[in-house]
Amino acid sequence: MSLSVAIRAKRFGPALVLRDMVFQVARGEVLAVRGPSGVGKSTLLRIIAGLDSGFDGQVRRHGRLAMVFQEPTLLPWRSARDNLRLTTGVDAAQAEAALARVGLSGKGALYPGQLSLGQQRRLSLARAYAARPDILLLDEPFVSLDADLVEDMLTLTESVIVEQRPATVFVTHAQAEADRLATRQMVLTLAADRGGVREGAGVRG
Amino acid sequence: MPLADTGHAGAARGAANAAFALPPWAIRAVSLAGLALFWWALSLIKADPMVLPGPQIVLPRLLEEAQHGPLWQHLGITLWRVVQAFTLAMSLGLVLGVLMGLLPALNRWLDPWLVFFLNLPALVVIVLCFLWIGLNEVAAVVAVAINKIPLVTAMMREGARALSGQLSDMAQVFGMSRMARLRHILLPQLAPHLASTARSGLSLIWKIVLVVEFLGRGQGIGFRIHLHFQMFDVTMVMVYALSFIAVMLLIETLILQPIEARARRWRGA
Repeated sequence: MSLSVAIRAKRFGPALVLRDMVFQVARGEVLAVRGPSGVGKSTLLRIIAGLDSGFDGQVRRHGRLAMVFQEPTLLPWRSARDNLRLTTGVDAAQAEAALARVGLSGKGALYPGQLSLGQQRRLSLARAYAARPDILLLDEPFVSLDADLVEDMLTLTESVIVEQRPATVFVTHAQAEADRLATRQMVLTLAADRGGVREGAGVRG
Repeated sequence: MPLADTGHAGAARGAANAAFALPPWAIRAVSLAGLALFWWALSLIKADPMVLPGPQIVLPRLLEEAQHGPLWQHLGITLWRVVQAFTLAMSLGLVLGVLMGLLPALNRWLDPWLVFFLNLPALVVIVLCFLWIGLNEVAAVVAVAINKIPLVTAMMREGARALSGQLSDMAQVFGMSRMARLRHILLPQLAPHLASTARSGLSLIWKIVLVVEFLGRGQGIGFRIHLHFQMFDVTMVMVYALSFIAVMLLIETLILQPIEARARRWRGA
């Protein structure tokens, strides 16, 4: 298993945010995590990514990790090519190949500020691609994009996942996006009767 | 054809603007000449070269002091003190400021110290250093550095507080090494703060070095100013002050500005 998650509880102060979640994701699988805003989707992803260790439970990750964030999260002071090279350790030729893979051939010398928003998103995806991850985390990567761009990015992401077959966790609030990419889906819900406790439910497929 | 006329007039105005647009170095030169002119006008109004000598008196004395006097020797000594104190203050202030910016617990403990040292008068630090360490080079450099470190710390703390959490998350997820994070994530974000701290720091440091030399050193620009002050030689006081200002202008233009332009290159792109 590339990724095993067992979270007994995650609290922010007195508030219980996540509890009793156990799941695994194998290579080639895409687990979509859906749910309304504020339900703890991003918190879950931060725990999986190792960015938040203040929880009760255990996460096992095997292999290289890559992530596509809500924002492109690029180094504005380094060129597109260097953004790939310095973050993932690939050489210039591999960086160029990754740029070409997302349709950014010939843009390697440009700074992120010289790219359009759509191109910055592609660069962010190219960075995850260049890392050749065993585990790929997607944190609402298409939120606040217009419909055409979402379609482009979905197609590109889908083909990258098919090609590299990482264990993927895809956080989204859009049912259509989840249906498109996911092999399994999980819905986080607010359990109103428990005074705001959130829990994982309805693992499908 | 009113539209065509407007376009033509606009183009003519654009051409006129281009003709008047001077390159930056020329604007700098004209601006400095204006300052000299202002000084000359003031000296004419005062009409007493013992009190306010004009540039026509000071500049020839400056050349003479540079060719035959001890100007270069004292200039070199003062500059060396500035370099030492600057390096010490910038490196210690950088480390302290970044640590305080990143670690709130440390900041809570050290902030009262910072406020204390920020408000400690330069003169008090200098006198105490001379009394405790002695009338020597170490005391001079340490006194200047102690005066400057709190300011560098405060400015770098602001820089560290503005660091992007998203970028450090990204670096961690992709497993970037410590060195790579320092070079490509931390330093580029601190660079603008470093640049402005360096510029304000350099001018403050040389002023404090002068006070130190005035009070307790036998060489340097401050010592010469003290000497000529005692002889009521206003011209020579201005000669020595001007010589060092000229050096600082050169450092600013030839070293600091190019470094800053390089660090900001990606913004203009």
